[in-house]
Amino acid sequence: MGRFLLRRLINMIPLLIGITILSFLVMSLVPGDFFSSLKMNPQISPLVIKQMEREFGLDQPLMVRYFKWLWSVLHLDLGYSLAYHVSVTSLIGSRALNTVILSASAMLFSWVLAIPIGIAVAVNQNSIWDRILSFLAFFGMSLPNFFLAFLMMYFALKTGWFPIGGTYSVDYATLDFWSKIADRINHLILPVFVLGVAGMAGLMRLMRSQILEIKNSEFVRTARAKGLSERVVIYKHVLRNALNPFVTMAGYSLGDLLGGAALVEAVMNLQGLGLLLLDAVRSLDIYLVMGSVLMGTVLLLIGNLLADLALVAVDPRVDFSSMASQ
Amino acid sequence: MNATLATPAIEMARPLSAWRREWRHASWTVRLAALCLTVFYLFALASPFFAPYDPTFQNRLMPDCPPMRVHVAAPPDWDKGLFYTHPMKMVDPTERRYASDPSRRLYIHLLSHGHLFTTDSPIEPFYLMGSDALGRDLYSRIVYGARVSMFVGLVGVVISFSLGITIGALSGYVGGVVDNLIMRWSEIEMSLPSFYFLLALAAIIPAGLSTVVTFFLIVAIMSFISWAGFARIIRGMASTVRGLPYVEAARALGASRSRIIRRHVIPSVLGYAIVAATLSIPGFILGESALSLLGLGIQEPASSWGNLLAAAEDVQNLRHYPWILIPGIFIFLAVMSFNFLGDHLRDRLDPSNAG
Repeated sequence: MGRFLLRRLINMIPLLIGITILSFLVMSLVPGDFFSSLKMNPQISPLVIKQMEREFGLDQPLMVRYFKWLWSVLHLDLGYSLAYHVSVTSLIGSRALNTVILSASAMLFSWVLAIPIGIAVAVNQNSIWDRILSFLAFFGMSLPNFFLAFLMMYFALKTGWFPIGGTYSVDYATLDFWSKIADRINHLILPVFVLGVAGMAGLMRLMRSQILEIKNSEFVRTARAKGLSERVVIYKHVLRNALNPFVTMAGYSLGDLLGGAALVEAVMNLQGLGLLLLDAVRSLDIYLVMGSVLMGTVLLLIGNLLADLALVAVDPRVDFSSMASQ
Repeated sequence: MNATLATPAIEMARPLSAWRREWRHASWTVRLAALCLTVFYLFALASPFFAPYDPTFQNRLMPDCPPMRVHVAAPPDWDKGLFYTHPMKMVDPTERRYASDPSRRLYIHLLSHGHLFTTDSPIEPFYLMGSDALGRDLYSRIVYGARVSMFVGLVGVVISFSLGITIGALSGYVGGVVDNLIMRWSEIEMSLPSFYFLLALAAIIPAGLSTVVTFFLIVAIMSFISWAGFARIIRGMASTVRGLPYVEAARALGASRSRIIRRHVIPSVLGYAIVAATLSIPGFILGESALSLLGLGIQEPASSWGNLLAAAEDVQNLRHYPWILIPGIFIFLAVMSFNFLGDHLRDRLDPSNAG
């Protein structure tokens, strides 16, 4: 396992370098920069702007800027946010944590519902519940999460049962520890629901089709022929084999989860990485943009790594040596 | 299915056209999906006909007007119009509340002035889906918005698929260093959090471009992000195909490499490609909507279903004028229709994947 982890981590390095180059190139293509809006302001003298540009290194050639930035990234310094006037690293940390909490809860939500529902409808194939739930799954898969987020905001507005967007209440700072946690959870319910629904629908369909496929295979017939109870057949034979593609798919869908989280954050005004990136893009705060994209990529790579580890855990046929050789 | 089995003799005697045969095979959900998409594409192709008013005309007297109810006229009044509505009047300008005036009738003329339906003047309008904060007809804006939202998927799929198929087939067939390089590059693209990258790339689009140019830039950006996935799958299939006997036979007959790719490799993966293309259209529609919703895509006064939804980002708008969410229903219907259609095509074209 140690060797596998090491190998995967080393494999990440060229990937991350490639991504930094790509995002740096993209940011250099951006017409104008943060200072172009300052230059329009007659109250700020051109000399001040020149000096600021020099401070931030924006007057140097592209290559020099890239390597300077890369060098400081290696020292865990992601640069300085031009709009927020603090270091990018300090901004990103807490925002990324919020995004991870949101995405992980949404994933948990969708798994906890998708697996049992998927099993139940597959076992009772073509029953009325199977049809209704399969149709609803299609419905849920097609519902754009930003639209569902708006609908939930409207729901919250009309019923008053949930806070209308935001990460925490106005009086958050005055609350005691447990109330703080309760407040955060209260603000998380709707976003987690919105983000979880789309994932749940897709995973439920996958679980259903996997179980249906495996239910008719030879080894399941053998298990039945041995006289095992239906319960044991489903849980020990069918389900275990259905979990492999399920976990693989879940790993692949992490990118969508992160993207969905960004949209939900933007619509519901949650202080996550996605909203931070959006603000940075709007104000052309280049170091913040690159820092956020890099952070998002790192999150995604870690997620994929965890998914692979989970795959080894649920499927005894997969081991680290076979994964490493892929 | 049962019906076709029961009446084979009649089917043989009178062969149906391909379209009608497909229609018979389809379930009601697929038929509904096809109908929905047909209407939306008609919206896009003939927007001036389907929209009752100019989508940019601002009726300053009627901002944030709610949708109006349609009434059917009694037969003696049919010379004035089949349908009518009661005109709305603003009763509270600060809260922008309206009341309909039941004593007056505003007749809706079908197929007149070159529109499917319209009223005599946009000053006294019929708002099927309400109006926005500037007094523009939301329904007309949705109809014109279909141009962007419905074509972004088609154009995007054509671009990213041509890229994906060409690169994937080349990579799988040629193999070696080229293959290795292309696959490493696509790996980088695929391990990017695509939406984050889409946001970063959207910053390149300068403000003040025309809608058409912005549209193509958005499509180009999304294709740039999404070709890698297709290329990898096509490559996998192409390298399988390369080893098949009929390709070897073609090579033995002296067919050139490009001929084999064009005549043997690409056709064999086309069935899969069509299914994948249909199922990837929603991604493009959603991507454009999301960008426009966040203010990074299509800009006012042009409309797309995404940027129409941007009005709902203001909680006060959402609270008082919930009909501004209607464009979201259109996005949802379009996405669901493509999903149904893609699922159906998969069962029809690619039986190995059924289930």
